[in-house]
Amino acid sequence: MTTPERAERRRAWAAVAPALLWTLAFFVVPFAMMAAMSLWQRQGREVVRVWDLSNYQDFLSKPHLLGALWNSIEITVLVTVISVVLAYPLAWIIAERVPRHLQRLALALAVLPFWTSYVVRSYAWTLVLAKNGVLNQALIGAGLIAEPLEISATRGATVTGFVHFFVMLLTLTIYANLVQLPANYRRAAADLGAGPLAVFWHVTLPLTLPGIMVGAFLTFVLCIGDYITPQILGGNSELVLPQVIMLQLGRGADLPMAAALSIVLMTVVTAAWLACARWLRLERA
Amino acid sequence: MTAVLRLASWGYALALYGFIFLPVVVLVLFSFQDGRLPIPPFEGPTLRWYAAVWQDRSLTAALGNSFVVALASSAVSCALGFLAAWGLARGRLAGGRAMQGLITAPLTVSYLLIGLGLMISFNLTGISPSLLTVGIGHAVINTPLCFAICFASMGDHQVNIERAARDLGAREWQVLWLVTAPMLLPALAAGFALSVTFSWDEFIIAFLLSRFDVTLPVEIWSLLRSGLNPKTNAAGSVVFLVSVAMVLAAEFTLLRRRR
Repeated sequence: MTTPERAERRRAWAAVAPALLWTLAFFVVPFAMMAAMSLWQRQGREVVRVWDLSNYQDFLSKPHLLGALWNSIEITVLVTVISVVLAYPLAWIIAERVPRHLQRLALALAVLPFWTSYVVRSYAWTLVLAKNGVLNQALIGAGLIAEPLEISATRGATVTGFVHFFVMLLTLTIYANLVQLPANYRRAAADLGAGPLAVFWHVTLPLTLPGIMVGAFLTFVLCIGDYITPQILGGNSELVLPQVIMLQLGRGADLPMAAALSIVLMTVVTAAWLACARWLRLERA
Repeated sequence: MTAVLRLASWGYALALYGFIFLPVVVLVLFSFQDGRLPIPPFEGPTLRWYAAVWQDRSLTAALGNSFVVALASSAVSCALGFLAAWGLARGRLAGGRAMQGLITAPLTVSYLLIGLGLMISFNLTGISPSLLTVGIGHAVINTPLCFAICFASMGDHQVNIERAARDLGAREWQVLWLVTAPMLLPALAAGFALSVTFSWDEFIIAFLLSRFDVTLPVEIWSLLRSGLNPKTNAAGSVVFLVSVAMVLAAEFTLLRRRR
């Protein structure tokens, strides 16, 4: 190796080192500490450093903890499916029906509320869904219902809040995928005698599957780890895993249990990642 | 058939745009409510809830804290991300891919877990929660973002300009500061603006890592305990408008690069 090359390499190391050390100190080490913490125990107000799996055994044996995981998974799967189904047609309309020079604007508008902080966005949904809120008053005014619907503080409210957010996210990822499709594939299929439905089903949809999977994975990860939306909109009717984690931090803080539940959450996300890994390979130009 | 399809398309798009904008419109509209509850019928308009926000000491303090944390943590994120991107793009280091993976790893973990991990480690090492720890948390989530944006715009054509600067006698820090950073200014600006937006809106990490001095989303969170209130609408509308302004700023710096 020549001297200038060596100097260049030293410089590169010096440039990368701060970010590496930062990630190590404030990301990797905290995770190691959290993993260690999950193996300790709370006794009274103290954390005792005896190493065993009792927190995990507790998790598996206590119905309210295991139930929270199931609630999380059910809600997340429901939200992911509904969001994909709602977002795909919108992305398709923006990509195919909106004139090219207006597409950017249409997309920007479709994701504008995405930039509200999630605390504010969830609060805004409580306004809409409240017993005497906008939605109920509109439905009663239209004569569709006689009594206000009890939507707030239910699973339905949580799902609505989540779907609102993820429809915007998925519209973005699916649109990005749709506009990359060469129109020739579809023309070729049409020339070979496929009707519009067949073209969509056999050409467009399979080719946009990677975009759907990336978006669905993002939805899954962000949805299952969110505390705000279920806390503000769902209330205490049905707790999800992040709510139960946060409960451990309240009075009589049980940090080891909170850590163990976080590791469980992490494991679920990793499993989801492994399940869609083959669609998630990031390409870099 | 095509006419029906077209009509259905526009109907669908309209309905979904309605769904997407419904909460924001309700939020902003009822922040002008001249009454005690932000629910229909709409009475007003009035600006008194904005005045109430402005006169609320803890809200304005939180607003200031949010700005400080967002600007400081984004500056750190940009510096770390930019340097690492430069080193990895130029250096051809052994294990470059692994390092890239490590630096971007925080993007794949939910904020709750990052916040909790930091809270536990600060707790174990005896560091008490403050705006500084919140800033550290936000720099952890934003460094990968700045890194990715800078790394994507590190082109090979810039290498020769850097070499020329070196041949002309520039020291290494001068090359970075006077040549590379200005060439990457659009990427740096976009990364900075996005980081500021994310930090500005972030709740859970700020909630877990702060105690007495809090950021705006945490303060708004405590307002929620008082139930539906036009004052919360006003505070939320302010947060929303600031975020949109920052996103637009990022959008325009990105656009300028493309032209």
